Amino acid sequence: MNEKLLEIKNLKTSFRIEDRYYAAVDDVSLTVNENEVLAIVGESGCGKSALAFSLMGLHNRAKIEGDVLFKGDDVTKYSAGQMNRLRGHEMSMIFQDPLTALNPLMRIGDQIGEVLLLHNKKLSNSKRKSKAVSLLERAGIARPEHVYEQFPHELSGGMRQRVVIAIAIANDPEVLIADEPTTALDATIQSQILDLLNELKEDMNAGIILITHDLGVVAEMADRVAVMYAGQIVEVADVHDLFGNPQHPYTRSLLSSVPNAESIDSKLHVIQGIVPSLKNLPREGCRFRSRIPWIDGAAHEENPRLHEIRPNHFVRCTCYKDFYFPDEEKGDQNHGIS
Amino acid sequence: MNHMWKFTVRRTLIMIPQLLLLSVLVFLMAQAMPGDALTGQINPDLDPQEMQEQREELGLNDPWHVKYADWITGALQGDLGQSFQFKMPASELIWNRMVNSFWLGVATLIITYLIAIPLGITSGRFNDSLLDSSITGYTYIGFATPIFIFALVMLWIFGYQLGWFPTSGSVAPGVESGGLEYVMSKIYHLLLPAISLGLITTVNTVQYLRSEIIDTKQRDFIITARAKGASESRVYNRHIFRNSLLPIAAFFGFEITGLIGGTVFVERIFGYPGMGDLFIESVLLRDYTVVTSVVLLFGLASILGALISDIILSLVDPRIRIK
Repeated sequence: MNEKLLEIKNLKTSFRIEDRYYAAVDDVSLTVNENEVLAIVGESGCGKSALAFSLMGLHNRAKIEGDVLFKGDDVTKYSAGQMNRLRGHEMSMIFQDPLTALNPLMRIGDQIGEVLLLHNKKLSNSKRKSKAVSLLERAGIARPEHVYEQFPHELSGGMRQRVVIAIAIANDPEVLIADEPTTALDATIQSQILDLLNELKEDMNAGIILITHDLGVVAEMADRVAVMYAGQIVEVADVHDLFGNPQHPYTRSLLSSVPNAESIDSKLHVIQGIVPSLKNLPREGCRFRSRIPWIDGAAHEENPRLHEIRPNHFVRCTCYKDFYFPDEEKGDQNHGIS
Repeated sequence: MNHMWKFTVRRTLIMIPQLLLLSVLVFLMAQAMPGDALTGQINPDLDPQEMQEQREELGLNDPWHVKYADWITGALQGDLGQSFQFKMPASELIWNRMVNSFWLGVATLIITYLIAIPLGITSGRFNDSLLDSSITGYTYIGFATPIFIFALVMLWIFGYQLGWFPTSGSVAPGVESGGLEYVMSKIYHLLLPAISLGLITTVNTVQYLRSEIIDTKQRDFIITARAKGASESRVYNRHIFRNSLLPIAAFFGFEITGLIGGTVFVERIFGYPGMGDLFIESVLLRDYTVVTSVVLLFGLASILGALISDIILSLVDPRIRIK
C-alpha cells in the first residue's frame, strides 16, 4: 500500500455572509496517497474549489476548522512563513482559467523563475533559466527558448495552461491539486492537457487531487473518486466501483445525466431542483433530500454519516437503499450504467 | 525594442494632424477677436485711406488661409508676434514665464506623486479599514474644494499669518541669477504654490491608485503568486503594485493637462510670474498676440502630455507594445 501523503480530517471551511458564518466545506475527511489520483466531483458551487483553496491556505477571509495533515504535520496550524515554504514546493496547484492565472506584465520565463527562486535562493541565473526552459519542454511546449521570452498574451489558452502546469510542477511537488484544469479549454486542447497530466503523473510519484465536474475526465484520470454535494462528501469509492456500482442517489443521478451515444433516443435524465445557495443550505438531515422528493422521508437518516458499505466504498445517508428513479419501477435494484 | 520604436514613431506621427488642428483653431479664434495689429497702435489722426494701404501692405486684408500660413511659418521659427502692451516680442515675454511655469509644474508633479503613491497604496492594500476611510475622506474633500479658494486659504495661513513662505514672486528681489542662493530662493518661492496645487490635484491619483490596487488584488494571477509560495510583501511589491501603477502612468499626461488649468489660478493668487499668470494678465489687457501664443503653448503641452503617457504606457505594458 502506498504511503499516506495528505490526510484531511473533518475539514470545515466557512465564509462570512452578513455577520454569520456559513460552511461551504462541511466536515470533509479524505486521504490522498502517494502516486494516486483522487478526483473530487460535483456540480458548480458544491464546495470543491473551496476545499482545494483550504488545503493550500489560499482563502483570504474564511474560517477553517479541522486538520489537514501533510505527512503527519497539521498545515492548518502553520505560520504564514511555513505555509509559504510549503506552497509551490511540496504542495502546488494548477488553476482553472489559464487566461487569467498568469501575470500579464511578466515574461513567462520570469514567472517560472519566480517559483524556482522562491524555494531555492541559491539558484544561479543561468541554472534558473535552463531549469525553466526544461520545465516548459516537460510541459509539452515546442520552442521553449522562445516561449521563455514571451508574455502571456502572446500564447494561446492551451499553451498558457501548459505554462501554469510548468509552474506547478517546477519544484517536484508531492501533492498536486488540479482545480478544473481543463474547464476553460476547448475539447481538443482538453484531451492534450489530460494526456500531459497523465504523463506527468507517471513520472512524478505525487498524490494528485483532481477537481472536476467532468465525469469523462474522472474516468480517464482518477484512481479514487469522492463525490461532493452541498459541501459534503456523499460517496467515496474506487473509480471502477463508482462507475460500475454507484450507490448514493446523487452519484447515480449524476451518472445518468451524462448523455451517451447508446441512449440517444431516450430523454436525458435531469436532476430536479437547483443546488441550494450557501445561505439556504439545509444544515440538518440529508442535504440531497429536496432534490429527490419522491423518496419517502423515512428513508433518510436523521444525521447522515458516511457508511462503509464495502471495503473502501463509503456512502452518506441511508436513502441510497430505497432510491429509485421516478421513471423506474420501485425496487428495481439494477443500478448503475452498463 | 524594435516594436517600441515603431510604436513611438507611429504615435509621434499622429501628433501632426493634432497640432495642425490645434493651430488652425487657435488662429481662427484669434481672428474672431475684434481689432487687429494696427488697432490702437497707430496715430489716430492718420488718414484712414493711408491706414487701409498699410493694412494691405502688411497683409492684414489677405484671406485667412494666407494669413494663417504666414502666422504658422513665423510661429515655427519662434516668432509669435509682438505684444501690444509690453511692446516686445511675445516669444521673449513668454520664455521667462514658461521656465517658471515649467518648474512649478515639475514641483507640483513631484508633490502629487509623493502624496499619491503612499496614500493610494496604503488605501488600496488595507481597503475598508479606518486608515483607508481617512484617506478616502481626504480625497473627497480634495475633490470638493475649488483650487482657487484652497490656494487663498493656504496663502493666508502660511504666507501671511505664519509667514513661513513668501507671498509673491518667483525669486527674492535683488538675488543675482546663478549660484546656489538664487536656486534656493527659486525653490522657496515655488514651494507653497506647488504644495497647494499638489494637495488638491493628487486626490485623483490617490483614488485611481486605490481602486486599481483593490481591483488587481482580486485577480487570479495574484492567487497564482500566493500558490507559488510568495510572501505577502512579495505579492504586493512584485505583482500588485507593478500592475496597478499602469493606469497611473497612463494618467500622467492628463495630469499635465490638469496642471495647466490649476496653474492659471494658483500663479495668479500667489503672484507667481508664470504662463498662467501671464494668460490672465493678457486677457485682462486684451493683449491678443500673447493670449493666442499662450493658448497655443498650453495646447501643445496637452498634446505632448498625451504623447508622454502613451510612450510610458507602452514601456510598462507589453500588451500595447505589439499593436
